[in-house]
Amino acid sequence: METLLSSIVSVMFHGIAYGIVLYLISVGLSITMGLMGFVNLAHGVFAMIGGYLALSFMEQIGLNFYLALVASSVLVGLLSIILERLLYRDLYGGDELEQVLLTIGLVFMAMATARFVWGPLPQRAVVPLELMGQWSIFSRDFPVYRVFLIGAGVTLFLILWYVVDRTGYGAKLRAAVDNQSTAQAIGINTNRLFTVTFAIGSGMAALGGGLGSELLAINPAYAMEYLVYFLIVVAVGGMGSVKGPFLAALLLGIADTACKYYIPEFGAFFIFVAMTLLLLWRPAGLLGRG
Amino acid sequence: MEAGWFAGARIMEKHNMETRDAILIRILGDRHLRWAEGVILLVIVLAYVFFPTYYTLLSQIFIFCLFVLSLDLLVGYAGLVTLGHAAFFGVGAYAAGLYAIHVSPEPLSGLVVATLVAAAIGLLSGALILRTTGLTFLMLTLAVASVIHEILNQAGELTGGADGLRGIEMAPVLGVAEFDFMGHTAFIYSAVVLVVGYLFFRQVIRSPFGRQIVGIRENAVRMRAIGSPVYLRLLGAYTISAGMAGTAGALLAQTNQFVSLSVITLERSGEALIMLIFGGAGKVFGAFLGVPVYMLLQDVLSRYTPIFWVFWIGLMLVLIVKFAKNGILGIGTRLFHKYRGRHA
Repeated sequence: METLLSSIVSVMFHGIAYGIVLYLISVGLSITMGLMGFVNLAHGVFAMIGGYLALSFMEQIGLNFYLALVASSVLVGLLSIILERLLYRDLYGGDELEQVLLTIGLVFMAMATARFVWGPLPQRAVVPLELMGQWSIFSRDFPVYRVFLIGAGVTLFLILWYVVDRTGYGAKLRAAVDNQSTAQAIGINTNRLFTVTFAIGSGMAALGGGLGSELLAINPAYAMEYLVYFLIVVAVGGMGSVKGPFLAALLLGIADTACKYYIPEFGAFFIFVAMTLLLLWRPAGLLGRG
Repeated sequence: MEAGWFAGARIMEKHNMETRDAILIRILGDRHLRWAEGVILLVIVLAYVFFPTYYTLLSQIFIFCLFVLSLDLLVGYAGLVTLGHAAFFGVGAYAAGLYAIHVSPEPLSGLVVATLVAAAIGLLSGALILRTTGLTFLMLTLAVASVIHEILNQAGELTGGADGLRGIEMAPVLGVAEFDFMGHTAFIYSAVVLVVGYLFFRQVIRSPFGRQIVGIRENAVRMRAIGSPVYLRLLGAYTISAGMAGTAGALLAQTNQFVSLSVITLERSGEALIMLIFGGAGKVFGAFLGVPVYMLLQDVLSRYTPIFWVFWIGLMLVLIVKFAKNGILGIGTRLFHKYRGRHA
């Protein structure tokens, strides 16, 4: 009994940490798909580049852990603006096939570049001293880094929630998700809104990639390898929402960890079956409308 | 007054004729079907005579032509964008491999069984997921492919899991042609199956059924309004396409005598989409152009830049989406019209 309880607690804890990483990476994708109607299969690239840049900033320039994360996330956010203006913009709300192919092309380019620049081996960020070790609560050990990860993720989620729910920018964003042409007609500059939102989403993904490198090791195939998971979070959570993906990411993180812990012989089988059934039952996702 | 009416009717009639022609060309993809078919056959024969050292690569090209042809039926003709088509290719490959090991090493029956198994899986999964549209459908194709991948991965005792399915031994085709090291039999075998598959595909496209799925792609609401059972037609296309993909997968398993999990990954589905778009989606010969171009490019590029070749493929894809949406065939058609316009 004691061991079962202890295993449940640790599955929950690690599952939530995993879910937080998935959320940070996927929330931008959810917004892009909901707001711009754009299937961005290259979204994982932002997380991958963010992770690599953070590692390079720490190792080559010697920035400290936190600064490196922030710097890489800002840089990726800015770089993504170029991509959005140059390539994505023309395809908004258009043909899915073109979006899929364009973004697969970008994934290929990013994979080759990453392998060329950073080599084929998986890499993890070196955690600063104060985040190493374990905290023991009720005689159970919790890695400090993951506690920090959960704390940081929840904080970011709350900030994002506040921004979307309470600020002028958030109101415009929600209006544009609901009805783009009406939003435009009442004078909201949706073009700029798209660019800003896209950059924030990409920056969040980069942060997730860097923060989460301990769980999802950064490697050249990253954007392809975890793509299914990012898409599950968006599809299950409901597109264009900030809260839906949070719920979905936590569910996915906990369920995946539990499956791997209790029934490793089935792999991710039940995850995919659950996703299929859920989408058949609610095509717009858990919190999605329609 | 009457003359005016006649003239008007004439113009209307001419206009109708023109649009009908235009629609027919769009459906058939090419006005010079027979001519192009002859060229393709000629190329196959020439390749057989002049490139005996490339038989293995060439039979791979034939196999992928068949696979991409099946994808074209879905993406190009029915307008269903899928990220999980490799699932049916993989199911066909594993079915053929397992059939050869456990039931009979006879290749032709294996091909039929694999096709039927893949078509059955297509029918079952299609019946579920075709109730949705757009992004949800796209996700569900990916989800179904992931489920199938996990089943094949975890059922290690049967499928060899991550190590792949080994120990496939094939009997000679029709009891005479033994699979040889040079790939001589594999070449002829896959070429013949490709030709048969193509003839079947052409029949499907030209049938009223084929016209209906193109109509659904263009406007599903109107097709429903004129009495076409949209869901059933799409389900039919999905099943046929899955079966054809299964045939291609079975060919791969039989000629390579090895199946690995890589046949069923998202990369493989993406690659098939790339090959299709290279040639031109929704065109009869898109697959026949796109697959060889992609595979030869891959062969050449990976020899010169073993690490970086993926980059160039990706770049080409981006450029195609940006500048040449109808692929090589589209560029060819545009040049053709330009040329004709100048000399008419």
